Amino acid sequence: MTAPFLPPRQIFWTRRRVKSLLVQVVFLGGLAWLAYFLFANTTANLQRQGIASGFGFLSQRAGFDVSLSFLPFTSDSSYGRAFWVAVVNALVLSALGIVLATILGFGLGLARVSKNWLIARLATVYIEIFRNIPLLLQLFFWYFAILRQLPGPKESVVLADLVFLNNRGLYMPRPQVDQGGWVIMVCFVAGLCMALVMTLRARQQRLKTGHGPKSWYWWPIGLVALPLTAFMITGASLSFVIPELRGFNYRGGMLMLPEMLAALLGLGFYIAAAIGEIVRSGIQGVDKGQVEAASALGLARRDIMRLVVLPQAMRIIIPPLATQYLSLAKNTSLAAAIAFPEIISIVAGTTLTQTGQALEAITLAMLFYMGVSLSIAAVMNFLNYRVLRHGN
Amino acid sequence: MAIDPTAFLPPPVVSAGPWAWMRRNLFTDWRQTALTLIVLYAVIRGVPPLLGWLFVDATWQGTRDDCVANGGACWAFVSARWGQFIYGFYPVEERWRVNVTFAVLAVSVVPLVLPMVRGKAWIIGFLLTLYPVLAFCLLYGGVLGLPVVETARWGGFMLTLVVAITGIVGSLPIGILLALGRRSDMPAIRTFCTLFIELFRAVPLITVLFMASVMLPLFLPSGFSLDKLLRALIGVAVFNGALMAEVVRGGLQAIPKGQYEAATAAGMGYWRMMGFVILPQALRLVIPGLVNTWVAIIKDTTLVLIIGLFDLLGIVQAGIADANWLSASVTKTGYVFAAMGFWILCFSLSRYSMYLERRLGLGASR
Repeated sequence: MTAPFLPPRQIFWTRRRVKSLLVQVVFLGGLAWLAYFLFANTTANLQRQGIASGFGFLSQRAGFDVSLSFLPFTSDSSYGRAFWVAVVNALVLSALGIVLATILGFGLGLARVSKNWLIARLATVYIEIFRNIPLLLQLFFWYFAILRQLPGPKESVVLADLVFLNNRGLYMPRPQVDQGGWVIMVCFVAGLCMALVMTLRARQQRLKTGHGPKSWYWWPIGLVALPLTAFMITGASLSFVIPELRGFNYRGGMLMLPEMLAALLGLGFYIAAAIGEIVRSGIQGVDKGQVEAASALGLARRDIMRLVVLPQAMRIIIPPLATQYLSLAKNTSLAAAIAFPEIISIVAGTTLTQTGQALEAITLAMLFYMGVSLSIAAVMNFLNYRVLRHGN
Repeated sequence: MAIDPTAFLPPPVVSAGPWAWMRRNLFTDWRQTALTLIVLYAVIRGVPPLLGWLFVDATWQGTRDDCVANGGACWAFVSARWGQFIYGFYPVEERWRVNVTFAVLAVSVVPLVLPMVRGKAWIIGFLLTLYPVLAFCLLYGGVLGLPVVETARWGGFMLTLVVAITGIVGSLPIGILLALGRRSDMPAIRTFCTLFIELFRAVPLITVLFMASVMLPLFLPSGFSLDKLLRALIGVAVFNGALMAEVVRGGLQAIPKGQYEAATAAGMGYWRMMGFVILPQALRLVIPGLVNTWVAIIKDTTLVLIIGLFDLLGIVQAGIADANWLSASVTKTGYVFAAMGFWILCFSLSRYSMYLERRLGLGASR
């Protein structure tokens, strides 16, 4: 008679669950000890060096000036205000950079798969140059080697007597509406909402019944005709303030500082190279049969790209595109090196040096970037979800 | 009677030769022709002046005044500063140590990239364990009668390589551990690793470098100070470890469940299963991804100049600010030179990664 099969007897602490629990308790204990160790050291160090702690400094007077600010800011404003100025600057730079990089990147991606040999080659050369050179170096190049070396205002580079580029920055005409400007703005927003609603309704109907009304004409109506009507009814007049040379500098118009311009060009051109590659691999990732089927149906090459290939390529493109947008937003931090006033230069730079509160300053900076990362990730996840479900 | 349809076809259009090629690839229709002509015009207008600036009008020897007079690139500046660009402020009579360090590295890396060499595991083992010790002894000194060279004197291309290689070598084990932790079935470890990875992925490297350079000294007991370069290296390794972890995790997820089950059935414990069965396969899968991360690490080494270290870009930046050379031509030349250095490194690595992708047949699944 054979003995019944028995599993080998285990010692108590080698049992799977017990072992797992033990490992975790030891791990958490170690972590807690490390946290305590760091905390004790930090408090001791801060006390020894006489550095205050806490975020009380945010309401103190900052005492420095900022070269670029979309919020009212003087040297009498508080550190807290300086933080918000930096936040807005970084967000504006990210938004402009994303627009530039997306347009340029999609152009490059389409050029890469172009049948035109010359254009495909040029796009390849561009991408290989720009993505293999560190961004910081490119920012330095734009700022120190190009924009800073431009002649002074009197010898500006002039474009059509409207746009002036010199070592003080880029001067552009500024649109100015003398009265009833807000009515036009309201009409513009209302038109935008209207066009959006009509498009969505048309799409819903199309999805439900297979036929839907055409909706494209709501866009010119909402975005152009409605504000224009409001413009005429209110009798407002639109004029452009063209910058003009007075004395040693240009007055009037809009000025884009060289720091801003260099940061924008550097970030936009660098990320565009990465986006170009993403778009290319997305387009090439679409099954060849789709293109063949579309051309068998008699679609023109342009329509094949627009109606068949790109919508499917977007599914492949969007996740890595989101990563690139994220990386652009994070890389605005490098603009600190060319004196663009964003989070790193204002918070981790000036504020940190003046108050000495390294812990708080760097925590603030990190919180900002984490917030931006999470928001972009959330938006892109939503878009991705939509693309996966609806196809566009 | 059946008519042979081919009898009515026009003679075939020439489909070979340069003219046919051009018609096919450059002048397909009027739109493509217009596009080609516009781009061709831009290239003809743009490229010769660029080449002229780089070579024809360039100054190869002389001073700033020669450069300003010639109007082209100022290679004289680069050759005057060559030693500094490569070695930083490393003492001239000790520079052979840097040469030996990187020569040993080059000699060990060459067999690694050749497909037919066997015993790569030994070379990798040497590079990961013995070589860092050897490199530190040679570069820093203080042993075997070598005089100490403080890290404050390290700089230029050599520092770029030191930061890049430490980043690459240091981030891999951190990344592997974090990736394993994130896929662990122990909630405490999984949560910690996930939070750690996501935190570092959400912030830019600069904030981590700032943290390493100003916050780390606060965390440590008083009287215990870390070298500035070492702090930067820790920051770079930890930051890139988090990025590496996501790459490795991709590989781990691609390993079929059967491999885990087979290893468990063979009586392997966790570490044996990971070390001998799962990780070798997972890492092989993500080699192209790893190399791409290395390219990013090399490009990111430039950021150390923000916390006051003089890498290649930092030393070029300092060089062009020199009053004896200050001019537009020197500024441009300096950046173009540094860009070439980084470009060669990154471009060759990314090409190598593409080659690997093809050779390992990994790209086919896309």
